[in-house]
Amino acid sequence: MSARNISTRKIFTGPARLSAIVPYIWMVLFFLVPFGFVLKISLSQTVIAQPPYAPVFDLTAGWAALKAAFTALSLDNFRLLVSDDLYVLSYVRSLIVALASTAMLLVIGYPIAYGMARLPRRWQGIAMMLVIVPFWTSFLIRIYAWINILQHDGLLNRLLLALHVVSEPVVWLSTDSAMYLGIVYSYLPFMILPLYATLAKMDPALEEAGADLGASPLQVFWLVTFPLSLPGVAAGVLLCFIPIVGEFVIPDLLAGSDSLMIGQTLWLEFFTNKDWPVASSVAVVLLVLLLVPLLVYDRLQRRQLEEAG
Amino acid sequence: MTKLRQLSRFNIASLALGLVFLYLPIVILVIFSFNASRLVTVWGGWSLHWYRELFNDAAMIEAAWMSLRVGATSASIATLLGTLAAIALSRGAGFRGRTLFSGMLYAPLVMPEVITGLSLLLLFVAINAERGFWTVTVAHTTLTMCFVAVVVQSRLAGIDRSLEEAAMDLGCSPPRAFLAVTLPLIVPAIAAGWMLAFTLSLDDLVIASFTTGPGSATLPIRIYSEVRLGVKPEINAICTLVIGFIAVVIVVASLATKLSSVKGESAAPL
Amino acid sequence: MEGGAGLAPDMPLLRIEGVAKSFGSFRAVNGVSLDIRAGEFFALLGPSGCGKTTLLRMLAGFETPDAGRILLDGRDIAQVLPHQRPVNMMFQNYALFPHLSVRDNIAFGLKRARLSRADIAARVAEMMALVKLEGLETRKPDQLSGGQRQRVALARSLARRPQLLLLDEPLAALDKKLRERTQFELMEVQRRLGMTFIIVTHDQEEAMTVASRIGVMDAGRLDQVATPRELYEAPRSRWIAEFVGDINLFEGEVASRTRNRLTVTTRDAGSLVAAEPRNAVSKPTVFVAIRPEKIRLSSCVPAVDGGGASAVNRLEGVVTDVSYLGGTTTYKLKLESGAVIRASMANTTRLDMDAYGPGHRMVAWFAPEDCVVLEQ
Repeated sequence: MSARNISTRKIFTGPARLSAIVPYIWMVLFFLVPFGFVLKISLSQTVIAQPPYAPVFDLTAGWAALKAAFTALSLDNFRLLVSDDLYVLSYVRSLIVALASTAMLLVIGYPIAYGMARLPRRWQGIAMMLVIVPFWTSFLIRIYAWINILQHDGLLNRLLLALHVVSEPVVWLSTDSAMYLGIVYSYLPFMILPLYATLAKMDPALEEAGADLGASPLQVFWLVTFPLSLPGVAAGVLLCFIPIVGEFVIPDLLAGSDSLMIGQTLWLEFFTNKDWPVASSVAVVLLVLLLVPLLVYDRLQRRQLEEAG
Repeated sequence: MTKLRQLSRFNIASLALGLVFLYLPIVILVIFSFNASRLVTVWGGWSLHWYRELFNDAAMIEAAWMSLRVGATSASIATLLGTLAAIALSRGAGFRGRTLFSGMLYAPLVMPEVITGLSLLLLFVAINAERGFWTVTVAHTTLTMCFVAVVVQSRLAGIDRSLEEAAMDLGCSPPRAFLAVTLPLIVPAIAAGWMLAFTLSLDDLVIASFTTGPGSATLPIRIYSEVRLGVKPEINAICTLVIGFIAVVIVVASLATKLSSVKGESAAPL
Repeated sequence: MEGGAGLAPDMPLLRIEGVAKSFGSFRAVNGVSLDIRAGEFFALLGPSGCGKTTLLRMLAGFETPDAGRILLDGRDIAQVLPHQRPVNMMFQNYALFPHLSVRDNIAFGLKRARLSRADIAARVAEMMALVKLEGLETRKPDQLSGGQRQRVALARSLARRPQLLLLDEPLAALDKKLRERTQFELMEVQRRLGMTFIIVTHDQEEAMTVASRIGVMDAGRLDQVATPRELYEAPRSRWIAEFVGDINLFEGEVASRTRNRLTVTTRDAGSLVAAEPRNAVSKPTVFVAIRPEKIRLSSCVPAVDGGGASAVNRLEGVVTDVSYLGGTTTYKLKLESGAVIRASMANTTRLDMDAYGPGHRMVAWFAPEDCVVLEQ
């Protein structure tokens, strides 16, 4: 190999690729393979036994047993999902809640990210710390903190009563409003940070040029700043929307029990009804629903990877 | 500071409101953990009563201990694997399966936890693994490895390649150059990754619920079961302790990383 | 926005009156007053941190002066927002909108001005032809070379036909040849459109090339406003003399005065005779300044110089360094006093039989009219 063919990139890629081996195997084993199990169980039936599903693929039982087990798989669970209103409503509700919350998160998070990006350089680090720290404080604890405030005799009601805004305590908990509050509260850093990252990287001269050419401040924002922040917006939206669809803890603790989000439905089927196959089929359908956003997210990440590295 | 870059009143207001919104519930929670009265509606004066009650709650203490062990173990493994993955992605150029690899690595960041929790449990059941400490640890490692990879990879991308080239010019072999020059520079990111993995593990409810076994409840699981029964000051106390603990960890790690200069330009890679 | 109608013929287009700006405790601009006439190509010249960019940004509207007035066409625009001023700017790093094509970049300002679609299209085409970029309308900025991006930035800033165009070090990112070519194109465009340009630069050669008048700034103050020739041949202070081009300085004391002539006893060069400056010298300590190209060199002492006058201001020394620069050669001459002076001669013939080398003993002399006396 002549000296011309050796570039520093090539020198590093060999050993660098090797370091991918262990993580690769781990992720295949503990991320990909489990999905196969979910699929398989979703095609099985519930039985009162250990494990609580049949057929069980026993590799030692011989080829005939395997074939028999295979034919015992069925799409019954999926038919149940489609036919029973409960599940359909649950999916629909989850998508609506996720869309609405993401919209709220965008509207609330954008001005905050924008304000952060406008701070003098030395304050931006502190601002970012301030936004991240609550995120690192336990998620569950923060939701509990809101229960504290929102409960019937909690601080919010006491404040409202003291200010004579209401004449008797308002029911805050077990409502959709409480749930949305909890969701926005928990996911705000996920929206703010990618937005901030994109906005902070923008050349301030671009906004000045916009103003110089006659655009009012509002026009500058709409015609220059916002279009250039779209990659950050996309990242923030996906980072919030996808997980919110499958949220469990927040609706469980803050929302009413009249209609459930799909995460709650899955939990119910699994832990309460002990119906693993139905729970699995719920998971499979959820995954299929999220497939398109997941692929878009993946493409976005890959593009950012290429641009950065 | 130019006219345009100056903070408008709207900007300052939204920033301030945002921060108040983020911090107020926590502050209130902490304050009320010291409330002598049981009722949230009445302020009975400062008291450590609930903290004392907490120390008599064996189940809670055991759960806390479990969480710490799971957190430390899973964070350590996740940091190792995540760093390796980050190196592979950032320096490894293209390799077969790279797309799949990066896809698998980034997916857990957004995947609903009920899905990952369920799938891991089904795996453990299928291979007849005994559910307890190790299943939860493996599950948490899988989840948090991705966060570590993102943090480290973002830092790696910002490192000047010419530093390694200079090292090689002065006689280092490529791996040596990486270890001697680049690795020290990304140590803060690795430490940050460990902390992130630790706090995520400490905090996780859903995946732990799926993958844990009898007798190995983690702290979130215990807190959750208590919370379902209603607000209690003891919960405030344990929450305050957790917040304080995490705050200490963050401060210690921040001080440690302040020793090496990190470019403030790149925001957290989430 | 076309403008300038109704201006009294001797009123300047732009009048800056006592403008000052501080950032915290740092005074960036410290009481600057300046008149700029319509149709001028004016340069603000100075080292980094002298306040020239801050002054320019105040003209554009991105900074507000703490004191003073900025009168454009008689109207005080100091508080007017940037998007409402008939002033446009060409930014240092071009600030082209990366998400818009070349055509949309140029049309941006026109759309804000609410021109009709047909007018916008016509104006864009006109601008593209002006900067010779036809055919690249649909390209995005990241698909253009540095020189092309610079032309788009120019076209975009001219599209609205502003009364005043501000240029913030627009040629800094270009290599030497391209820079020279672009300088001439800028002058051509300015002449053709009859517009008023104000350029900010730290490159003194650039300022002298393009500008009809130059304002030299230092530490927030405007030190001298003059044509390139005046600035070079009659600098008002030692600092300006050194900043604009090369110069030799001899410190000394005024020994005597005769009609139009000053005799200065210098520390390093003996007694020198210089022409009395217009503003009579008051201080006892002065500097005699002479440009390298005004010094004549010879290996033998001439009784009279080419003009017939007796060769005064004679200095003797040894050549220590020779720099051959193609068009000229610069000699470093070490005098008996130890001081080193620079003298340059044009290489008027290809084969120079009289070329001097290091170690040569030389005589240098210059006429009293060719040097300048400076106080500070």
